[in-house]
Amino acid sequence: MDFIYAVVPPQVLNQIFVGLSRTTILFIVSSGMSLILGVLRIPNVAHGSLYMIGAFMSFTIAKVFGGGATGFWMALVLVPVAVAVLSLIVERGLFQFLYEREHLMLLLLTFACSLVFGDLVKLVWGAEYKSVPVPHMFQGFVPLFGGIPFPLYNMFLLIVGPVVAVILWLIVNKTKIGKIARAAAVDREMVGAVGINVSWVFAVVFMIGCLLAGLGGALVAPTVSVTLGMDHTLIMEAFLIVIIGGLGNIWGALLGALIFGLSQSLGILIWPQFGIIFPYLAVIIVLLFRPTGLLKSTW
Amino acid sequence: MIKDMLGGRSRIAGIVLLVFLFFLPLIMPRFYVYMASIILLTGLLATSLNFVLGYGGVFQFHHCVFYGAGAYGTALMLTKGGFPLWISFIVGPFVSALLGLIMGIICVRLSKLYFGMLQISLGSLVWVIVYRWYSFTGGDDGIHGITMPDIISSYGNAYYFTLVVTLLCLFVMYRMIKSPFGSALQGIRDNPIRSEMIGINVRRHQVMALTIAGFFAGVAGALFVVVDNTVFPDMLFWTLSLEAVIMCLLGGWFTFLGPMLGAAIIIALRTFVSTYTVYWALVLGIIMVFAIFYLPTGVLGYIEEKMNKKMIEPVIKE
Repeated sequence: MDFIYAVVPPQVLNQIFVGLSRTTILFIVSSGMSLILGVLRIPNVAHGSLYMIGAFMSFTIAKVFGGGATGFWMALVLVPVAVAVLSLIVERGLFQFLYEREHLMLLLLTFACSLVFGDLVKLVWGAEYKSVPVPHMFQGFVPLFGGIPFPLYNMFLLIVGPVVAVILWLIVNKTKIGKIARAAAVDREMVGAVGINVSWVFAVVFMIGCLLAGLGGALVAPTVSVTLGMDHTLIMEAFLIVIIGGLGNIWGALLGALIFGLSQSLGILIWPQFGIIFPYLAVIIVLLFRPTGLLKSTW
Repeated sequence: MIKDMLGGRSRIAGIVLLVFLFFLPLIMPRFYVYMASIILLTGLLATSLNFVLGYGGVFQFHHCVFYGAGAYGTALMLTKGGFPLWISFIVGPFVSALLGLIMGIICVRLSKLYFGMLQISLGSLVWVIVYRWYSFTGGDDGIHGITMPDIISSYGNAYYFTLVVTLLCLFVMYRMIKSPFGSALQGIRDNPIRSEMIGINVRRHQVMALTIAGFFAGVAGALFVVVDNTVFPDMLFWTLSLEAVIMCLLGGWFTFLGPMLGAAIIIALRTFVSTYTVYWALVLGIIMVFAIFYLPTGVLGYIEEKMNKKMIEPVIKE
């Protein structure tokens, strides 16, 4: 290993792994957003709020089940389902009436939802900081490159990311709903013409996308302090990732999340105060050369 | 425009409104004068947004960057540079215009939704820089207690200054919309391809419109410094931008004075709701949902529609 360290210092390697575990969260959330954007063509501003709701819900579940392993796994299963149900209610109750209208209206409607969700979270959980305990089995550190401790939970995230990516790939490419959704992304009228209820396709896709937001929230909860306002920063990052990846392209979201996560974590190493600027710079560089994103967008 | 179509009656209403605005500080307590100033400058912000959104058809989602840039430009010139107010007040909007030009050139290559999303991201870059650069911009604290020259330091004079500048800017923007440039802009909104065919340089027109809109948003930001004597990074956060879009939508984004009305409705509501509850965002969200569903052309657009119906009876009844 020593010759590797001579080329790349262990701190940098370690930081790359930190970046990769951040990438996992970003990928899960922004792939959901990308899915919705690709098929429904809504830039879902409420996506961040659903992520925040997911994090707060996993706080409650961890509290109810005592913060142990059960609480953690229950949260990981129940939270995405709950968020998906919530999104389905919103989609059937509000969004489905506006698909024929301008995109601007849909965007504003999602913004309205994000405002309402934000205040509902304040109403239910209060404005204080919340912290979700890391379950016992993921507490502690593993020595990584050069013996620098790396949190075990982030290691777990590094496994979850690829698993979610594979499942998503299977759903989009191998299942019927995935195929219909891809067709609807390209030409929704044609899909309707062959007798498929496009409205329900949209509902299912919206639900899957929001489920991913909830999952992201549940996964991120043990690593950060759960607060109001975590939606705002995330939604910005997800927007950027989706743009540099190519609108509606899930693999673009993966690529974008990688660029974003890595440039952020390495940027902090270079310039601690302004580390947060590096992802934005990366985005601008990408867009100057490829204005419509790295990969092909769906529409 | 209502004014043009109705002639007499609305002109009288307009004059009454102007007289009322002029005498406002004499008859209203300080709180309302302050609120009126904020309404005027926010209305100017919304109108400048509508210049590109409603008339230009450009999805400018992050317009408040220019508002904030104008405010910070003015405030920094005053506090760090020690320049007199009048110079700072002019420099601030030009900073915004420059920023609008740069962002316009980068973003205008993309269409509709893509444009909006890229614009939001570039705007957040500006926000991040302002938010993190403690030594220069004051970070998340912003800059407080900016001293104004005596002549406009009192709330009444600050109000008159805001009123005059806002009316002047509205007049200039109105003339611009009625000019050949404005017509070309609206042509681009309705059919970009056809506009390109008849020899309009679509992108150059759009960049110009974005620069102009940035300039007037900067004026609004500079006015905020005059009225409130503070700047803070939330002024260029994207939620405020979307709020400005709501103002346009609620007031009527195909009318000239709609955004002003929308700003008045939202600011007044916020002021009164905030005295009862902290859940203003919830109320705003619900108002938005209703506006989107039932008032797609906005309040002023709705009134205009009704009046048109009254005035022009359909010749053939179906």
